[in-house]
Amino acid sequence: MNQLHIKDGRLIDPASKIDRIGSIYIAAGKIISVTDEPAGFQPTHVIDAKNQIVCPGFIDLSTRLRDMGHSRKANFKSETRAAACAGITTMCLQPDTTPPIDTPAVAELVRDLAKKAGYEQIYPIAALTQKLEGAELSSMLSLKQAGCIAVSNANEPVKNLLILRRALEYAASHDLLLMFRPNDFWLSNNGCAHEGAFSTRYGLPSIPDAAETIALAQCLELVELTGCRVHFGQLSCKRSVIKIHQAKKYGLDVSADAAIHQLHLTENDMAPFDSIYHVLPPLRSETDKQYLRHGLASGMLDSLCSDHQPHDLDAKLGAFPETEPGMSSLETVLPLMLKLVAEKAITLEQGIAALSKNPARILRIKSGALTPGFSADVCIFDPDLDWQVNSDNWKSQGINTPFWGRTLKGRVTCTVQAGRIIHRLEDF
Amino acid sequence: MPDDLQLNQEGKLRHFLTIEGLDKSLLTEILDMAESFVGMSGQKVKKVPLLRGKTIVNLFFENSTRTRTTFELAAKRLSADVLSMSIATSSTSKGESLLDTIRNLQAMHVDMFVVRHAVSGAAHFIAQHTAPHISVINAGDGQHAHPTQAMLDMFTIRQIKKDFSNLRVAIIGDILHSRVARSQIQALNTLGVAEIRVIAPKTLLPAHVETLGVRVFHNLTEGLKDMDVIAMLRLQKERMSSALLPSESEYFKCFGLTEDKLKIAKPDAIVMHPGPINRGVEIDSKVADGPQSVILKQVSNGIAIRMAIMAMAMQKQGLA
Repeated sequence: MNQLHIKDGRLIDPASKIDRIGSIYIAAGKIISVTDEPAGFQPTHVIDAKNQIVCPGFIDLSTRLRDMGHSRKANFKSETRAAACAGITTMCLQPDTTPPIDTPAVAELVRDLAKKAGYEQIYPIAALTQKLEGAELSSMLSLKQAGCIAVSNANEPVKNLLILRRALEYAASHDLLLMFRPNDFWLSNNGCAHEGAFSTRYGLPSIPDAAETIALAQCLELVELTGCRVHFGQLSCKRSVIKIHQAKKYGLDVSADAAIHQLHLTENDMAPFDSIYHVLPPLRSETDKQYLRHGLASGMLDSLCSDHQPHDLDAKLGAFPETEPGMSSLETVLPLMLKLVAEKAITLEQGIAALSKNPARILRIKSGALTPGFSADVCIFDPDLDWQVNSDNWKSQGINTPFWGRTLKGRVTCTVQAGRIIHRLEDF
Repeated sequence: MPDDLQLNQEGKLRHFLTIEGLDKSLLTEILDMAESFVGMSGQKVKKVPLLRGKTIVNLFFENSTRTRTTFELAAKRLSADVLSMSIATSSTSKGESLLDTIRNLQAMHVDMFVVRHAVSGAAHFIAQHTAPHISVINAGDGQHAHPTQAMLDMFTIRQIKKDFSNLRVAIIGDILHSRVARSQIQALNTLGVAEIRVIAPKTLLPAHVETLGVRVFHNLTEGLKDMDVIAMLRLQKERMSSALLPSESEYFKCFGLTEDKLKIAKPDAIVMHPGPINRGVEIDSKVADGPQSVILKQVSNGIAIRMAIMAMAMQKQGLA
């Protein structure tokens, strides 16, 4: 049986408030001890983590691996390799695949593809409505039984508030988590850039932050009405963070994340008409960026997600508004988190918690902590190792990242998923 | 701004995509060169051999009569061979991407593209993806820029007012959707006018419009006071159906330029319009055809300005 001993690393586990040099003992896919060596422990592998940080494997609440209808953009094999190299051991897959995850058969197909790729911890998120059309409810319970961890309508609008109310009520009846990216379809008006000085200057169709905050406020009222557990994903602006904070203070069972690039880039970083910066929600103002950082540091925001969206080159070749939104972002998660720490926006413990303990709590899974009995999901990284984002190092099939060619600090040296080594950097 | 995209290493024009990033001396150089072409229209032989043997393709993804015609005439007067293509608004509906269209034409050894496209950034995209010897002239991209229109407006203003430094200019109408307004504002600021005002209801102004370097007015009477130049914008019919305005008649009542309203501006104020005019919607016929209107002068100047820009862009490519 596979037994792993990770030794001499700096263990950081926000869940148990551990920050010390030590060892982890793993057997049968589970963590069995983080203190003393268990009696009769016979490691098949010993990993020397000296001068490195050992923390829970990262959990990504929003990712897209393409494949199925879009394998020219990426596939499970390429993207799960990218995830492994990024220290990500659990991923939630958005339902807007082709076909969408709105039947148990598709959910099972996702799990099969994950298994074939040798990366098992992919949780499909079920479509909230059939074909994501926002009109009729999906078979949520069957989808849950087929392995879906939550329900969501991804970026597609729900036709009206009555349907959204019923979807929340139905999800609540089956104790399902609803993941919601707030976006008012009408107010966003097919826009592609933040409504501000930049969009004005370049004549780009714009999306006001109110498109997000109004949809968020409406959904929060429905949470109050229905008692559904809702996680708000990919928030992009200051007033959204404030609304989440108020809702939590009021006692609503809600949580929220932001895509990590939103804490680093703003509309001002966008080279004009460079489609690499075309993301939804759009990159917003400096004030918004700073407040997202503040929100994460103060606990108003619970977690960070990659919002990974790999694309083929053609998807980004065109006039800005006509290109497809999204960045390939799994592999920049750790360096961007460490950059927040280096810039003193958050502590290292907060950064790790935002990627492990907190998303695990939201998903209610036994991962995201170095707790005996939990799935042995571990990320080992060297916080000072520089690496260049280039074709030698990059594993995702999508190279649509604004960090291409740049040197980033912090690299994952080893990733363990359910007790199995799924990534090991050469020379480590 | 990708100003380096439109300038070569010596700071000369390679492409002409936007006014942004071009300095006063370059804009003045364009105006001066256009000046030398203006007299030509009256001559018996209306041609110079500056671009003889060159092939220019007018690539219009969006309908236009006036702009296309003046570009065509300008190219012909420079002795270039011109091909004008009107491509249905969505080339992607035919399955061919914008880039494929460009590459195909490039394979036919053309020297210059004049591009009009309904999407902001299209001209930049084409300039970034054409062979280095090809010049791209932006004839209007989405709501972003229409720099040749702005330059012909500057030329017309200079012809009449001589100097920019003391001028007060009002731009009236649908600023939100107007590539003309954005380019005019940049050109006027670069040439150093005293004041630029935009006058429109909030529904037709982009967010934070003041960051463009303009003063904002929602009332025509207040906004027109002391103005030397009044630049009207065309109001598209579809603005009524998208709830931006209640009706043409109400718009005319509030923002339509009539003889009475014109009296509020300086007595020697000039009235401009990029065309085509909606008579009785943004401007009264009496004003459009009146003594202060320079609208037809703008059209004639359009040819000279476009000749100047095409000649300069080709020259700096070392081809002319």
